[in-house]
Amino acid sequence: MKTFIKFCSILGFILCIFSHSIAADKVDYLKTDWSFKGLFGKFDRGSLQRGYQVYTEVCAACHSMKYLSYRNLSEKGGPEFSVEQAKAIAASFEVVDGPNADGEMFTRPAKLSDKFVMPYENEKAAQAANGGAYPPDMSVLVKARGGGVDYIYSLLQGYETAPAGMILDEGVHYNKYMYGNKIKMSAPLSDGIIEYRDGTTASVEQMSKDVTTFLMWAAEPHLEARHRMGFKAIIYLIILTTLVYFSMKKIWSRVESEV
Amino acid sequence: MSEKNTKRRDFLFTATTAVGAVGAAAVVWPMIDQMNPDASVKALASTEVDVSSVNPGNTITVLWRGKPVFIRRRTQDEIDEARSVKMEDLIHPEKDEDRAKNPEWLVMLGVCTHLGCVPLNDKGDYNGWFCPCHGSHYDTSGRIRKGPAPWNMEIPKYEFVNANTIKIG
Amino acid sequence: MSEHEYKPKSKVGQWFNDRLPLLTLANHLTDYPTPKNLNYWWTFGGILTFCLITQIVTGLTLAMHYIAHADMAFESVEHIMRDVNYGWLIRYIHANGASMFFLAVYIHIFRSLFYGSYKSPREIIWILGIIIYLLMMAAAFMGYVLPWGQMSFWGATVITNLFSAIPLVGEGIVTWLWGGYSVDNPTLTRFFTLHYLIPFLILGLVVLHIWALHVPGNNNPVGIDIKKPSKDTVPFHPYIVIKDGFALLMFMIVFAFFVFYSPNILGHADNYIEANPMVTPAHIVPEWYLLPFYAILRSVPDKLLGVVAMLSAILILAVLPWLDTSKIRSAVFRPLYRQFYWILVADVLILGYVGAMPAEGLYLLIARVATAYYFLHFLVILPVLGFKEKTIPIPLSITEPVLGGNPNLAMAKQKESKIE
Repeated sequence: MKTFIKFCSILGFILCIFSHSIAADKVDYLKTDWSFKGLFGKFDRGSLQRGYQVYTEVCAACHSMKYLSYRNLSEKGGPEFSVEQAKAIAASFEVVDGPNADGEMFTRPAKLSDKFVMPYENEKAAQAANGGAYPPDMSVLVKARGGGVDYIYSLLQGYETAPAGMILDEGVHYNKYMYGNKIKMSAPLSDGIIEYRDGTTASVEQMSKDVTTFLMWAAEPHLEARHRMGFKAIIYLIILTTLVYFSMKKIWSRVESEV
Repeated sequence: MSEKNTKRRDFLFTATTAVGAVGAAAVVWPMIDQMNPDASVKALASTEVDVSSVNPGNTITVLWRGKPVFIRRRTQDEIDEARSVKMEDLIHPEKDEDRAKNPEWLVMLGVCTHLGCVPLNDKGDYNGWFCPCHGSHYDTSGRIRKGPAPWNMEIPKYEFVNANTIKIG
Repeated sequence: MSEHEYKPKSKVGQWFNDRLPLLTLANHLTDYPTPKNLNYWWTFGGILTFCLITQIVTGLTLAMHYIAHADMAFESVEHIMRDVNYGWLIRYIHANGASMFFLAVYIHIFRSLFYGSYKSPREIIWILGIIIYLLMMAAAFMGYVLPWGQMSFWGATVITNLFSAIPLVGEGIVTWLWGGYSVDNPTLTRFFTLHYLIPFLILGLVVLHIWALHVPGNNNPVGIDIKKPSKDTVPFHPYIVIKDGFALLMFMIVFAFFVFYSPNILGHADNYIEANPMVTPAHIVPEWYLLPFYAILRSVPDKLLGVVAMLSAILILAVLPWLDTSKIRSAVFRPLYRQFYWILVADVLILGYVGAMPAEGLYLLIARVATAYYFLHFLVILPVLGFKEKTIPIPLSITEPVLGGNPNLAMAKQKESKIE
């Protein structure tokens, strides 16, 4: 047992070194309490649904989410819109389908099985429309940024007037949390820019939190299932380990040696 | 070692083995289940087919869930032939009325129930379909009449959205 | 293999065994006499077998859904994560499994270094182990390319470019490796093929590794040759099996924490951005298990020499049995070597740390000193130590004190428990 405690402390030491090295250029992000963190972390459904509203009404004008489908909106562990609601949401978008019997492409209302409609045809079109900067796809955005949810949450609220002496080009904005502090995206949120269907006050802070929660789910749609299964798996392993430990003691008691 | 002690040890080993076996089984399931149809396949949309251009006596074939679906606009002769067959003459007795709700239209999976080949139109001894792989003959209702196939060709779930459009699935 | 002939009890068993002696093999494996004083550092062989099998099984299932094409690889990985039944679980086990595999192999290697398990008559076991380790690095590197994220792409670009350091033919070799003029679809497809192949090569080598082990038998913490079977040994089953099982379960708990609660912590965020040949990420770092060698590479200011230094750092291990001139195996009885051993451990950890840091200023200086020390340890300290070191007398057997009531064993035991 003693060896194992030592082993674990060595392991912890190594992990400390590496997590420290990863976090070396860490910034102090704004903090908020995320409901999905921790052993039993779950998403806040209301927040996810509001976050989806922020995404469609604000972000989706420029940012695609190409790995998500409308059916995901009604799946378990997500915003959990009802199937009817998800169908209605899908039907409010037009997708190009085809070719039909005459060999022509046609548009039709989207169905549950369709992927989220993209704001631009392709990456080049997106760049052209945004001054050369490609608004990144948001499907896995949270996992693609070092600071994760805290970074996105802070960035959305990090717009400030540039410090004196800093020269910003046309179409470039100052953001406290952006790498290099220069960002092409103008501040996307302002108080009351949208009206929440559930009556929540749409402050910048609230919207940032909701949309970040939504993005977390989009990047990690099985997070709740993972937490649930993880807890069961670890409890199971602890029970089995205990049983094996006592079996081992019994077996080794036949020879005079300490284990 | 006392009797009691031995028993407890046996119980301990049994319990350990049993708990271990349960865990091993639980681990095997995801490895098996990953081969089942995934969420995107299950959600696959139904197909809508425009049948306005199909004349009586003609068949069109459309793809649904990776399989061919025969949509035949039957002539009156074919309908009469299908409906006059006696049940006891059938290998897999099914009424034509149950297979084609709208007698003019026969919608069925174009897959031979023997080993999955696609039968040929307007062939065979019963004026319906003939499977070239192992010689199964189907009648004008897609019912098996002769050959190794055990069942009639399957009717998928479908509905008429309007007079000219059939939605399969 | 076994000294005494094994005879199956049943007639059928005998008939089968005469034609294919599988039962003899099974009997050899269960009865295999193992030193009874093996500590928990010896359980990592079993843990590594588990890691290899886990990687092969999860890898096979992932390969059923993955598409090795530059345009579709990233998307197919997202498809696995989102739509495939338990796809997220299988992928996270596979991705974190690679890290756990390396964690275990490093402990296994350093155990061997401490107790002198590489010394005669176990040189072949050790060299096979080094080959397995090299193949593991190749498999891990190619596997990291498959999701076709930014780190995949740029890692592949940087590592394949190492070959361009070879004089004259270097450029040609790199083009040949790529199958084009940059890392692209042909590169991805061949990496996938090789990534699929290598684990089975490793599996074959593991069989040889264990075979070679079963000829002289296990080394042990005291590092002396033991008679087998004797009072000093226990049969592999059930004694070692249950002990390995216990250690494996402890290991699995750590593994499960990574998979279920921080599955991406050992990866790099940039790999969730699809590969883009136009933009290089700000910090390119390899996976943590390759960092020490990456630090050695960067500490040498010359391209060719840097590559040579990095490769030598690994290959030097293969000649270790001949560099270490001491006849005593276990560091328990080598007071000086023990000190240097821990300095080496610290040195490798430091190399790993600076490998993750930008190659400039103080970090570069530290990397250079640590690299120099690494080679000094193997090329100078070890050979000299064998002649100069005054070792502690070793006991004659594990169980019995040295004839004449020498208290060395008690001393050794005490030392051992202190060290562990």
